[in-house]
Amino acid sequence: MSRGESFGGAPLLELDSVTVRLPIEGSMRAVLQDVSFAIRPGEALGLVGESGSGKSMTARAIDRLLPAGAAVAGSIRFGGQDVMTLSGGDLKRFRGEVAMIFQDPRAHTNPVRRIGDFMTEALRTNGGVSWEKAADQAVALLKSVGIEDGERRLRQYPHELSGGLLQRVMIATALLTRPRLLLADEPTTALDVTTQAEVVAILANLRSELRLSMLFITHNLELAAAICDRTVVMYAGQVVEVRESSRLHNQPLHPYTAALASARPSIDATAHRLTAIAGRPLSAFEAPTDECAFAARCTHAADVCRERRPALVELDGGLTRCARAEELFGRLKVGLNA
Amino acid sequence: MSVAAGVTAVARRRSRAGIRRTTSPGLIASAAVIVAATFVAVAGPLLTPYNPDLPQLSQYFVGPGPAHLLGFDAQGRDVLSRLLVGAHTSMIGPLAVTLICMSLGSVLAVTAAWRGGAYDAVISSGLDIVFAFPGILLAVLAAAVFGAGLLAPVLALSVAYTPYVARVLRGAALRERAQQYVAALEVQGASAIAICLRHLIPNMLHLIVAQATTLFGYAMVDLAAISYLGLGIQPPAADWGVMVSENQQGIVQGYPIPSLAAGICIVVVVVAFNILGERLYERGESRR
Amino acid sequence: MPEPVLVVEGLRKEYGPLVAVDDVGFSVPEGGSLAIVGESGSGKTTVARMIVGLERPTAGTIRACGQDRSTPARSTRDRRRRGREVQIVFQDPYTSLDPRQTMEGAIDEVLRLHQGWPADRRTKRVRELADLVGMDARQTRALPRTLSGGQRQRVAIARALAAEPRVLILDESVAALDVSIQAQVLNLLADIHDATAISFVLISHDLAVVRQLTEQIVVMWRGRVVERGRTADVLDQPQNDYTKLLRASVPRPGWQPQRRDQLSPNGISLPPEGGRARGEGL
Repeated sequence: MSRGESFGGAPLLELDSVTVRLPIEGSMRAVLQDVSFAIRPGEALGLVGESGSGKSMTARAIDRLLPAGAAVAGSIRFGGQDVMTLSGGDLKRFRGEVAMIFQDPRAHTNPVRRIGDFMTEALRTNGGVSWEKAADQAVALLKSVGIEDGERRLRQYPHELSGGLLQRVMIATALLTRPRLLLADEPTTALDVTTQAEVVAILANLRSELRLSMLFITHNLELAAAICDRTVVMYAGQVVEVRESSRLHNQPLHPYTAALASARPSIDATAHRLTAIAGRPLSAFEAPTDECAFAARCTHAADVCRERRPALVELDGGLTRCARAEELFGRLKVGLNA
Repeated sequence: MSVAAGVTAVARRRSRAGIRRTTSPGLIASAAVIVAATFVAVAGPLLTPYNPDLPQLSQYFVGPGPAHLLGFDAQGRDVLSRLLVGAHTSMIGPLAVTLICMSLGSVLAVTAAWRGGAYDAVISSGLDIVFAFPGILLAVLAAAVFGAGLLAPVLALSVAYTPYVARVLRGAALRERAQQYVAALEVQGASAIAICLRHLIPNMLHLIVAQATTLFGYAMVDLAAISYLGLGIQPPAADWGVMVSENQQGIVQGYPIPSLAAGICIVVVVVAFNILGERLYERGESRR
Repeated sequence: MPEPVLVVEGLRKEYGPLVAVDDVGFSVPEGGSLAIVGESGSGKTTVARMIVGLERPTAGTIRACGQDRSTPARSTRDRRRRGREVQIVFQDPYTSLDPRQTMEGAIDEVLRLHQGWPADRRTKRVRELADLVGMDARQTRALPRTLSGGQRQRVAIARALAAEPRVLILDESVAALDVSIQAQVLNLLADIHDATAISFVLISHDLAVVRQLTEQIVVMWRGRVVERGRTADVLDQPQNDYTKLLRASVPRPGWQPQRRDQLSPNGISLPPEGGRARGEGL
């Protein structure tokens, strides 16, 4: 599936003004504010942000994995159905259609159970499939993620596999229920860069074979932009930009995106000094609600930015939460400062 | 740490500990009990309304009345007065055991954890061997060697408990030793003693204190049991364990109060120490 | 030509049958900067730990500031002296500081270790170092748990610099930081490098960070050095297959990673995963 192809049909996943508050140290604090975006069937959407941006929270909200006591406002719809009100058989079906993989596979595997046990568990308990049949499917999927000796691997324990191998096993496990959407929460962050390349290649390969949509969460803007069709940039629990990945670097819509991209050193050249953003990234509950959350650190901040929190507006085929978006369009530079 | 991870960690910790506020009522209640018990242990003899050692056989197991709130025991002595005086011996034994075990255990644990290798192997194996001996058995041996009194049981229990303390503290010491700030100090050239005394042990202090309070409770029960068996403190001393033993025929005769009152004192103080120990540990952990 | 401030030759580390570091050598000139690049299992962190004395080399020599340090220090005095030659900043900001110690306390302790200064001179130096790393008075008196990851790394850097070392080893020191914070700390390190004659040894897997901060590079794979040279040259025109693979694995616009099991003929393949036993070739 080439990058330029458009994704037709109704959105598979739709978030509309999602606001999540969690009980933190006694009071309800916002961790997500007015998050809106959509993923179309077969599309890969990147979700990029630093600490406190809310990117992991977003995935958990979608997969209904929020901690107890969470208050969710706004709507999350999957295949047209409201995710937050699903129950019983519908919820079971939802869990089969939306799979999630995490940053640290070891934290999400039971060390005393064999690979084969947890790989086939979902199929055996929910699908009523026999162990042999489930194992066959598991071995086939392990092959598709590049693990040739599947039968042997099924008998091994998680600690016998390296991080990269285990992550590939988790991807295979996630795909066993034939999901339509894959939520990947920093799946390659803990891996070596060469292993990351391998895992990314496998995901791209499988996605095009299975027509799988993907939400790829990462702190690495270059990674998201390279492998996803569109990228969402989050800051302080809010969506600040949604953009086609190919245009993200040369024509970002939001000053934060430009600043984030500029703050990274380049592998091709040495800068005298990097263009660092003053201050530190804020969480949703630390950011002011009556002005732009990024205003305090933004080199383009003006009075209009402090009047109210900017709304998410459409611009040049993307979305941006910047009061000066039209004015700054085309002028936001990404590059190394001499 | 990300908000997601931090929130989940806090939620998990909270639900596991079952505490909703930073200062739980359990902590306050147990601390109050312990303070009261300590006060009585120190000032007991001054508080007794009657002479705790004066036998009045005519008052054999006479029940509670307005003048004698808990009645009389098998020898006709005022039970309340004996309880107040008995607090001293009942608590000083556990105190001695706790001090000895915590000191010895800390030194062994930190040495084993810091040096590792052969030191750790020898210390751990040695401790494992001692650990195999039950406290009561050692108490019997010690009583045979040292005779009656508090010294023998205290020595016996100190030997019996030190491996347990050392084992727990060794785990915590190993964890601290593996922290990168210890490595940073080693690279700076700080001496091992300096690092252990100024950094390792202070960071384990909440665990040491929690262990000490829990240990006090265990020692109290075991010492009372040893006295009950007639091996430690001997009658007519007013020790709570002895009181349980010497008044036990009262229970079957329908006069349970003298024996039970002493037993309840033991239980209340031990439970208070356990709760305090638990709460202090949780507090220390959540502050890291 | 003055002697390089750090010289490593034939360094080797074995853990039983496993060879973690095999025949590693490099030198760092005064005021220079060297990157040791590799992935997990490359042995780069083991090399760093051997240089600062946290691990004992099985074979090979290490010389820092003209003094041999291939064997562990014999006395506390020796270890202190070595601490004034080479210091290290670790990766994890969350365990590299004593949770019960403020920045002030941590730096003061290091100063008391190395200098026989009176209290007021030490206080002044603490303030100077805090200013150097960009921490204000409130932050120097704060406990680590109130500081962010980036701030903690600044404390760790200040603490390392308090010993006035000639060589500063940065073991993935910015890897755990947010991108915007990482940029601040990288700028800080560049400032320090320009202002003092300190030499850097940067251990990292991040090629962009390496490009930004270092002049020389050594690439390690499975315990061996596979390529070395000027950072810019090696990154622009890698000669070794592994270096090429590493370079090709960095995400960039238009990046199309290839699956190793479905590689095109001119793709690069590596031996399957697993450790390398003693005696095994590359």
